Amino acid sequence: MWRRPFPWLIVGAALLYALVPYFTNDVQLRESLLLAAVYIILASNLNLMIGYAGYINFGNIVFFGLGGYICLYLVNDFQWPLLLAALVGGVAVSAVALLFGLGILRLRGAFFALATIGVNAAIQQLVVNFEPWGGATGIYLALDAYGPLGGPMQALWNIYLLIVALTAASLLASYVIKNSKFGLGLIAIGQNEDAAAVLGVPTHLYKALIYSASAFLPAMAGGFYFFKSGIIEPAGAFNLQTSIEAIVMVMLGGAGTIIGPTLGAFLYEELRGYLLIAETFSHFQLVVAGTLLLVIVLFVPGGLLGFVHRRWPRTRKWLE
Amino acid sequence: MIGILASVIDGVLVGSVYGLAAMGLTLIWGVMNVINLAHGAIIVLGMFVLYLVATTLGLPAYGAIPVMIIFGFCFGVALYWIAVHRMIGRPHLMSLLSTFAVNMVLIGLGTALWTTSPYNVPVAMPGLTWQGYTFTGTHIMAAVLAALIAGLLYLLLYRTRIGKAIRAVANNREGAELSGIPTTRVLSLAFGLGVALAGVSGTLIATLFPFTVLSGEAYQLKSFVVTVLGGLGNPAGALIGGLALGLIEGLATPFMPVSWIPVVEFGLFVLCLIAFPRGIFALRRS
Amino acid sequence: MTALLTVRGLGKKFGGLQAVQDLNLTLNEGEILGLIGPNGAGKSTVFNLINGIYRPDSGRVLLEGKDITGEPPHRVARHGLARAHQIVQPLLGLSVLDNCTVGACFGRENLPLHRARDVAREVADSVGLGDRLDTQASALTTAGKKRLELARALSARPRVLLLDEVLSGLNPTETEGMIRTVRRIREGGIAILMIEHIMRAIMSLSDHIVVLNVGRKLAEGTPQEVANNPDVIVAYLGDSQLMADAENLSDRNTA
Repeated sequence: MWRRPFPWLIVGAALLYALVPYFTNDVQLRESLLLAAVYIILASNLNLMIGYAGYINFGNIVFFGLGGYICLYLVNDFQWPLLLAALVGGVAVSAVALLFGLGILRLRGAFFALATIGVNAAIQQLVVNFEPWGGATGIYLALDAYGPLGGPMQALWNIYLLIVALTAASLLASYVIKNSKFGLGLIAIGQNEDAAAVLGVPTHLYKALIYSASAFLPAMAGGFYFFKSGIIEPAGAFNLQTSIEAIVMVMLGGAGTIIGPTLGAFLYEELRGYLLIAETFSHFQLVVAGTLLLVIVLFVPGGLLGFVHRRWPRTRKWLE
Repeated sequence: MIGILASVIDGVLVGSVYGLAAMGLTLIWGVMNVINLAHGAIIVLGMFVLYLVATTLGLPAYGAIPVMIIFGFCFGVALYWIAVHRMIGRPHLMSLLSTFAVNMVLIGLGTALWTTSPYNVPVAMPGLTWQGYTFTGTHIMAAVLAALIAGLLYLLLYRTRIGKAIRAVANNREGAELSGIPTTRVLSLAFGLGVALAGVSGTLIATLFPFTVLSGEAYQLKSFVVTVLGGLGNPAGALIGGLALGLIEGLATPFMPVSWIPVVEFGLFVLCLIAFPRGIFALRRS
Repeated sequence: MTALLTVRGLGKKFGGLQAVQDLNLTLNEGEILGLIGPNGAGKSTVFNLINGIYRPDSGRVLLEGKDITGEPPHRVARHGLARAHQIVQPLLGLSVLDNCTVGACFGRENLPLHRARDVAREVADSVGLGDRLDTQASALTTAGKKRLELARALSARPRVLLLDEVLSGLNPTETEGMIRTVRRIREGGIAILMIEHIMRAIMSLSDHIVVLNVGRKLAEGTPQEVANNPDVIVAYLGDSQLMADAENLSDRNTA
């Protein structure tokens, strides 16, 4: 992998992304870049399901929220170090996703999508009633949790770096998977699941594995993100709107490509920023996002990168 | 004991409306293999049609029913041409996303128009009293109307040429096309019909309970549960499944806080999907 | 003569309809076995029962002596059985090379990606797609897609190949080419079980023929025996092509 240019480009871009706010010492820039990075993580990992395997995970935000809860719970109640807590959150959520996936992915794409619609709401409801996690109020992080990271101010910078690292990891993972045998099998499933099975692809297992894999980095990101916020509560952790936006970002940039979701995330954030200046109604956001998604699905299902590939076929080789 | 029985009966009454909603969903699914993720939003649309007719215009509440049927049908046909037509034959993913996008737009517009505050349309209907328990008039009326509409649907599907065409296309689209049936037009009509059913079920639900723009989601989930219980593309199964779900809710309500019911339904949904991928009734039919 | 594929007492019911009943057939190494019968005889169902799409109600399917009855399709493929479908199923968004690579990766040999790509290249070339390796499957002609279907199945380097009407939809030149290709495949050591409606082709290709009618075996034997079998002729009553072919074969033998 390291013999090809692409992974180096990703690492380089990530370093740039991480260091720019440092040099300008611009806290506001850092904050908006951090938010964008979180979206890129969500969209890139969601892309593994939508773009490779062809399965829509409507409740993808549930990984983020659960990971956040596990991490904050371990840090707050048991004084675990952040990195370890986030890691455990990632592993735990992927493990649960694997079990759930093995059950639910036996079904076809449409049924799976329906199941994920309800998962988010169901988990949210369970958490609301779960006392050890603060029920409906959630978990408030004690300030001394920031001590090990050098105090609240320094911690924010460190977390920014951690999240950028996760973003780079997400893109690298997309690249590695896409160019592996596992990835080829997934893409075959996405093209024609029955034909893939007859060709020997273990469809059920592969789908469950990618579902589980797509949970890991978002879960860790949730841990870091909510640690930074200092608080996690059910409505914010399992925000369906964010789940939906991740889907739009993937489709906008180009499902199945590596940098498509990243482009989609940036474009969508730009659009949202413009909208917020023009209108202050959040519900129009949903209308615009919905219309955008409809137009993409009807006329440009390959998204931005898909369009570029169709128009200039030579770009297929190097612009993934 | 009587209290539980009363709750169950009430549940079955309400369940008939769930069945009606599910019939709309399963009809579309069965005829063109499309899962309408705008189903919930259309139920909400039906609810607000009642509000507009009864409260804003001051007309008799149940007059909203024929209004919704006609409007719903036209709206459904339009939706078909906008969002569904190009998705037929494409991977499932695409029609899921396109109908989901429509859902987003509708809910967004609804929120802009009506915000997320609760609305209530009081409907005066004399109830029935039995053994000291009163069955709300609106619940009984809703069940009667749901049965009536379901009956009309049956007549349409099995006693008219259009119904025959719909069933032919559902069975084998290519064969129907070869027999001279204008299948695309039939698909648009079937979609319109499905939307009308969903919408009118929303109108009926609004006569029973208060609602908000976001209420559609819960009812959409119920519709999915019912459809999976009753078998895909099986309207009769949908009706029976609706009654069954109503019955289960009736049994659960005395023992469970209301907010837990969607979670239980979701669990039921997942279990049914795993255990009976083709529906409980599908097992018996083949 | 080693039997590569053995089917014993195979049966399947759909609702009230007995689609396949008590079917026995044996495919030997280096052999082409033709499966013919009127429409609705159950031929495709037999294929579906062999490669795991349906679970048989009764009977056994043995591949190289191993019992694969009722195993899911991907496992059957792993055991060394590949299938080319009647209605082609190309992975439209992938190139010809990638399509075949999937076959090579997940088939019997379970190859790693780079090795699989090499095998795929070879196989695609041998089937006449060598000049179109980078073409997207969706951009191929019908004949090209048929070749791809075959190439993909071959890329798995199976021991047994199920061919489901590979000649349908081809013009005479393409048909000749495909017949030659099928012979080459058999020479390469792969045993073939094929369904075909073009009588002339299947009669000349097959070493052995099994005739199916309403789910049961009606007759079996060499092409000539089958063509002269009065029960077979009755079952195909009105199929003048079969009768003409039967006459041709018997003429050729008496001449």
